[in-house]
Amino acid sequence: MTSAEPAAGPAGGASAILARGLTKRFGRRLAVDSVDLDVPRGSVFGFLGPNGSGKTTTIRMLLGLARPTAGQVELLGERMPRATATVLPRVGALVEGPALYPFLTARDGLSRLDAADPRSVSRTRGARVAEALERVGLTHAADKKAHAYSLGMRQRLGLAGALLRERELLVLDEPSNGLDPQGTREVRALIRRLADDGTTVFVSSHLLGEVEQLCSHVAVMRAGRLVMSGPLGELRAAGGRSAAVRTPDPDAAASVLAGLGLRPSVADGVVTADLGPGGDAHDGTEPAPESIVAALVAAGVRVRGFEVTTPSLEDRFVALTGEGFDVAG
Amino acid sequence: MSPDEAAPAATRRSAALRPFALFGSELATLFLRRRTIAMLAALAVVPVLIAVVVRVTGAGSNGRGPAFLGSITDNGLFVGFTALVVCIPLFLPLTLGVVAGDTIAGEAALGTLRYLLVAPAGRARLLLAKYAGVAAFALAAPVVIVLAGMGIGALLFPVRPVTLLSGDTTDAAGLLARTALLACYVALSLLGLGAIGLFVSTLTTVPVGAMAATVVLAGASQILDQLPQLDWLHPWLFTHYWLGFGDLLRDPIVWDSYGQDALLQAAYLAVFGALAYARFATKDILS
Ligand SMILES: Nc1ncnc2c1ncn2[C@@H]1O[C@H](COP(=O)(O)OP(=O)(O)OP(=O)(O)O)[C@@H](O)[C@H]1O
Ligand SMILES: [Mg+2]
Repeated sequence: MTSAEPAAGPAGGASAILARGLTKRFGRRLAVDSVDLDVPRGSVFGFLGPNGSGKTTTIRMLLGLARPTAGQVELLGERMPRATATVLPRVGALVEGPALYPFLTARDGLSRLDAADPRSVSRTRGARVAEALERVGLTHAADKKAHAYSLGMRQRLGLAGALLRERELLVLDEPSNGLDPQGTREVRALIRRLADDGTTVFVSSHLLGEVEQLCSHVAVMRAGRLVMSGPLGELRAAGGRSAAVRTPDPDAAASVLAGLGLRPSVADGVVTADLGPGGDAHDGTEPAPESIVAALVAAGVRVRGFEVTTPSLEDRFVALTGEGFDVAG
Repeated sequence: MSPDEAAPAATRRSAALRPFALFGSELATLFLRRRTIAMLAALAVVPVLIAVVVRVTGAGSNGRGPAFLGSITDNGLFVGFTALVVCIPLFLPLTLGVVAGDTIAGEAALGTLRYLLVAPAGRARLLLAKYAGVAAFALAAPVVIVLAGMGIGALLFPVRPVTLLSGDTTDAAGLLARTALLACYVALSLLGLGAIGLFVSTLTTVPVGAMAATVVLAGASQILDQLPQLDWLHPWLFTHYWLGFGDLLRDPIVWDSYGQDALLQAAYLAVFGALAYARFATKDILS
C-alpha cells in the first residue's frame, strides 16, 4: 500500500504543496481556474482572496475532497488523491469552518475523528485528544455537548481536530473566524510555535493584519485565478512607495517634482508622487527621498511635512483584487 | 529490554493498521445517540401496547387481527411474535430507513463527512462502517421487540409449552431458539432495504430526504407485492419474504424461505452496495 515512489516534479520533495493547473468547474462556472501553487516546506503561507474567489474550493481539491476538473496536486511530495491514506495522516486540516456532532461531547467527537484514521494508536487516543483540547484551551468545556458551543468554541474545537497528531502540514481555512481577541492571539501564537517546530502552515484568511504578522509567503486569488504568489516582501515591494509633500505652495512643489522626473498630483494642499518600487527592487531611476526634500527647499517651497509611505498589505490586496464590494458571480 | 530495543517495536506497532476502530466508533455513536435509543424504545412499546390491550379487553381475537394475536391469552410467549408481525410492514422499515438514510447524508449535512475523509477514514471503509451500523440496527430492532414482547407476555399471561403450526409442541427453550431465529430472519430481511438506504444517502446532503425516500421505497415495494397483475415481479421485490417466517414455526424447521430471502437480500446488497460505492468513491464533498 505504501507506495514511496519518487515525486513526479523535480521540486516535489521541497514543496509541502505543489499544484499545477488546478481547475474546478461547477456547471458553467469556473470556481478555480488553472492555479499553480508552490508552498515551500517550513513556510507560513497566506492564501488570500475576496469572498467567492475560490480559496475553499482549492483547499478541497488539495485534500482530495473534490476532484479537480483539470490539474494535479502533490501533497508532501506525493500525488493526491492517490496517496490519501499515507499523506493525510500527516496533514491537519480545517476546511470551511469547523463541523461537529451536536449530540457528542467535544472529547467524544475528537475521539471519533481520531478513530477514523486506521493508523492512529487506540491506546494513546485519550491522551492525544486531551492534549489537543488543552492546546486550544477547551479542557474545561471538553465534556460539554457540542451543540452548546459558541462560535469561537466551535472554531477552537475544529482546530483541535487539526492538531490531533503531529502534523507536517496544516491547512487552515480561516482559523481565526469567530474568535475573541485572546483567541485570535492564541491562534497566532500557536501557528508561530508550530511553524518554529518546522510545520508548514497553509492558512487562508481575510485578516490582512494577521497575515502580515504571520506569513512568510502569500498568494492572492481573484475570481478563481491566482493573481500573485510569492514571499510577503515581494508583494509589498511590488506596490511601490509614494512621497507626500504638505505645503502651502503646491504648484511650485509640483513643478519641482516634475523637474525630478516624477509625476505629481495635487489634492488639498498635499502633493503626492509615486516613487516606484523600494528596497531591493529599487533600480535607481527615481530620486531618493532626501534629494527630493533638498530640491524642494532649494526652490523655496515651504515644506510643512514630507512622508514616504509603503502601501499596506490591504492597499496591495485591494489593488490586486479590485475595489468593488460585490462578490464576483 | 533497553530503550533502543523498545523504540522499533513501538514504531512497528504504530505502523500497523487498525481498520476496525472506525466500526467501533460508528456503533457507539449510533447506539448511544438519543434518536436511536428513542426509536428502539418506541419499538419496544408496540408489544407492551398489544399485551396490555389484549389483557384489559380480556378477549383473544375472533379470527381477525394480526397472526398469533389469538394465541396471546393462551400463551404469553406469543406477544413478541405478534408485535413483530405488526411492526414489519411499517415501523421496522421506518426506523431502519431513518438510520440508513442518515448514514452519509447525515454526516454531509453536519459537515463532519469532510473531516472523517480528511482523517483519513477512506471512502470504502467509511461506507462499510456505515453499513455495519445499519446492519446492527436491523438486528437490534427485532431483538428489542421480541425481548420486550416476551417480558411483558410472561408478566401478563401464562407461559406454557407452545403448539407449533405443524401441530407439535415445543418447550420454552425450543421457543426461545426459534424466536432468536425469527429475529435473525427479520434482520436479514431488512439488509436489502439498508443497502438501498445507504445508496440513497450518498446521493444527497439532506438526510431527511434520504430517509423519506428509503421508507417510501419500502412502502412501494409492499404495494407492488400486493398486486396480482405483477406476479412475475413479486419474487424480485425485497419485501417479498418479509412475512415468510411461518416456516420457522414448523417442526422440523423448513428453511426454504430463509434461503430464498437470504439470496434475494444478498443480491440487493450487492447491487446497491456497488452503486453506493461507485457514487461515493467519486463524489465531490462540497458540504
Ligand atoms: N457546491 C458548489 N456548487 C456550485 N458552486 C460552488 C460550490 N461551492 C462553491 N461554489 C462557487 O465557487 C466559487 C468559489 O467558492 P469558494 O467557497 O471556494 O470561495 P472562497 O474563496 O472560499 O470564499 P470565502 O472567502 O467566502 O470563504 C464561488 O463562486 C461559489 O459560488
Ligand atoms: Mg471559503
